Amino acid sequence: MKLLRIATAGSVDDGKSTLIGRLLFDSKSVSDDVLCAAQVTSRRQSSEYLNLALFTDGLRAEREQGITIDVAYRYFGTPKRKFILADTPGHVQYTRNMVTGASTADVALIIIDARNGVVEQSRRHAVIASLLGIRHVVVCVNKMDLVEYSHAVFAPIRDEFEGFLNKLKIDNAHFIPMSALHGDNVVESSTKMPWYQDRPLLHYLEEFQLPAEAADQPLRLPVQYVIRPLRNEYHDYRGYAGAVAGGVVYVGQEVTILPSGLTTRVTGVETPDGEVDQAPKPTSVTVRVADDFDISRGDMIISTDDAPRTTQTFDATICWMSDKTVLHQDHMLRIKHTTRTAKAMITDLKCLIDIASLEAQTGVDSLKLNEIGRVSIRTSTPLVCDDYTQNRVTGSFILVDEATNDTVAAGMIGSPRFGDFISVT
Amino acid sequence: MNLPAVDETAAQELSQLRALESESIHIIREVAAEFDRPCLLFSGGKDSAVMLHLAVKALRPAILPFPVVHIDTGHNFPEVTEFRDRTVKRLGVELIVASVEDAIREGQVPPSTAPGNSRNRLQTPVLLETIRKNKFGAVFGGARRDEERARAKERVYSFRDEFGQWDPKNQRPEVWNLYNGFISPGQHIRVFPLSNWTELDIWRYMADQKIELPSIYFAHEREVVERDGMLMAVSPLLQPEPRETVSKQSVRFRTVGDMTSTAAVPSMASTLEEVIAEVAATRISERGASRADDRTSEAAMEDRKREGYF
Repeated sequence: MKLLRIATAGSVDDGKSTLIGRLLFDSKSVSDDVLCAAQVTSRRQSSEYLNLALFTDGLRAEREQGITIDVAYRYFGTPKRKFILADTPGHVQYTRNMVTGASTADVALIIIDARNGVVEQSRRHAVIASLLGIRHVVVCVNKMDLVEYSHAVFAPIRDEFEGFLNKLKIDNAHFIPMSALHGDNVVESSTKMPWYQDRPLLHYLEEFQLPAEAADQPLRLPVQYVIRPLRNEYHDYRGYAGAVAGGVVYVGQEVTILPSGLTTRVTGVETPDGEVDQAPKPTSVTVRVADDFDISRGDMIISTDDAPRTTQTFDATICWMSDKTVLHQDHMLRIKHTTRTAKAMITDLKCLIDIASLEAQTGVDSLKLNEIGRVSIRTSTPLVCDDYTQNRVTGSFILVDEATNDTVAAGMIGSPRFGDFISVT
Repeated sequence: MNLPAVDETAAQELSQLRALESESIHIIREVAAEFDRPCLLFSGGKDSAVMLHLAVKALRPAILPFPVVHIDTGHNFPEVTEFRDRTVKRLGVELIVASVEDAIREGQVPPSTAPGNSRNRLQTPVLLETIRKNKFGAVFGGARRDEERARAKERVYSFRDEFGQWDPKNQRPEVWNLYNGFISPGQHIRVFPLSNWTELDIWRYMADQKIELPSIYFAHEREVVERDGMLMAVSPLLQPEPRETVSKQSVRFRTVGDMTSTAAVPSMASTLEEVIAEVAATRISERGASRADDRTSEAAMEDRKREGYF
């Protein structure tokens, strides 16, 4: 099974930390010394239960204030699969962190408190998951113990949210009624909800098949680093190192180097395992080509028959992540896109997208922290790019403030998948 | 167009270790490309041995174009120092040793006041001075996020100000695999290519790649004393106190650091395969079992990291 990367988000008090604690605890990924410390603290807090949320506690300020301030990464595994879970706080102001966690995830876990049903936060999380290209969502309808494990409470929540997810073009949504506190349907099947016949959460995640995407995608190989060994036996050696960002690279392949447009043929592919005939995304490879061209970092090796765009102007959706500055029209920034950095100017701030209502607000003059907007960008040198919906690597970029060097925005080239549903007000 | 029949097995998913390996190599190459002066912290411990192995793979057939650095507490296990020197020689890479012993003698840092005279914490000022003196812009470290809760929140590219400090509340967002390596003079970044590896991943990878390790990672007979529930190796630096009894036991080390604060665990595992079986079955975390310094308080690691510790 392939390593599975999961992003979770929840609202305040919907039991996200308890759920993650339960996953870690019941999958035996919590060690005895950590467990012991949590037991001591639970007793000190006069808690009736072992406080599972303590397993995910982070920094001192978070323990003191009982909040989560940043993305934390958790690792757990079963004999079948290894999981990396990006645990992000659910407060309204932390869209930035949700974007960060979702950017590398294959699956999103969205947690809904059964007592409250679908709330604005739930919709917000789903929109961010869809925006960041996550096609698979598991909706955990939690705290079923507080609604008498009732199917009559679960079903309308599922129906309402399923409709919303369809609109977002999330094609694979799975709903699980659970009680993280008592362990129902997290790792073990619940005996209290016989009306739910499907697998518990961990079992579902273990078996989840990620669709194979490499085979039918065109080759994208951004050149990271040119290896030129200063050794006599490698006198004429030039290796182009990079991680395959789309498709497969193979010996004998006709390739084009962008932005120069020169065409050549792959003569060697080396992976961490040694020389191979072919290597799929996301292998880190070193390739050699037939011709002695000037190829450098920032160039992209692509399959000749299916070229991306090479452009200095494009439209994108961005999430503003800085609490110190705001984005405005004609803003000059640095852009990092694949392995290329350039200067970038925001030539048009088209609109702000309200991600709870999916309404576009035009005529805005700035984007603030945690706001998402549509922009036009011009760059100082050409970028070789695809739409984000086609390729998450060649379609994504970050913007960096020139004065502070802070990462101030995450951007996705082209329109979101649910772009048709954004209404203009 | 002459596309060959795509080999289904090649187009299929990479195995989980292969995915981690490719991710780490991608990170190492980004740093090698974007920074003039990186260095790699190499203590001779297992995580740094894996990191060095990955760095060599990332840039081969070129010889590693940057130095490895050891912040030497002077409290090393001799087996580890021997392994360090042999590895560096085999790979033909440059080794810079920064000595805590020298720094104490020259009055740059005060002698340790920690329990058992541990010099773990004294490594921080020596490390920062080494970074400053050599103008290193990026420092590779072998830390993993599964080790400790403060580390669970740290970025792969972890920004440090002019004082070497980590500010957990003011970290740069890290999205996709787009790492922001822009810094101003005097600042640097710590880079953690093994962020997403767990202890078990490290062991499995070492077995897969046949990576050599210092012998103390495997079960051996050694004189130990039990102190605060931990087995400490008896050495010239650590002598039994009046009421402590010395016993000879079969032990191994899960981490290697300052001899005075790194504990052994009872073990009969003398091969990589046996160690993996033990790690997979163990219920005590690596740091909980073997690092006396992390037991000081709930936020011990967080505090040290803020000061510039690795």
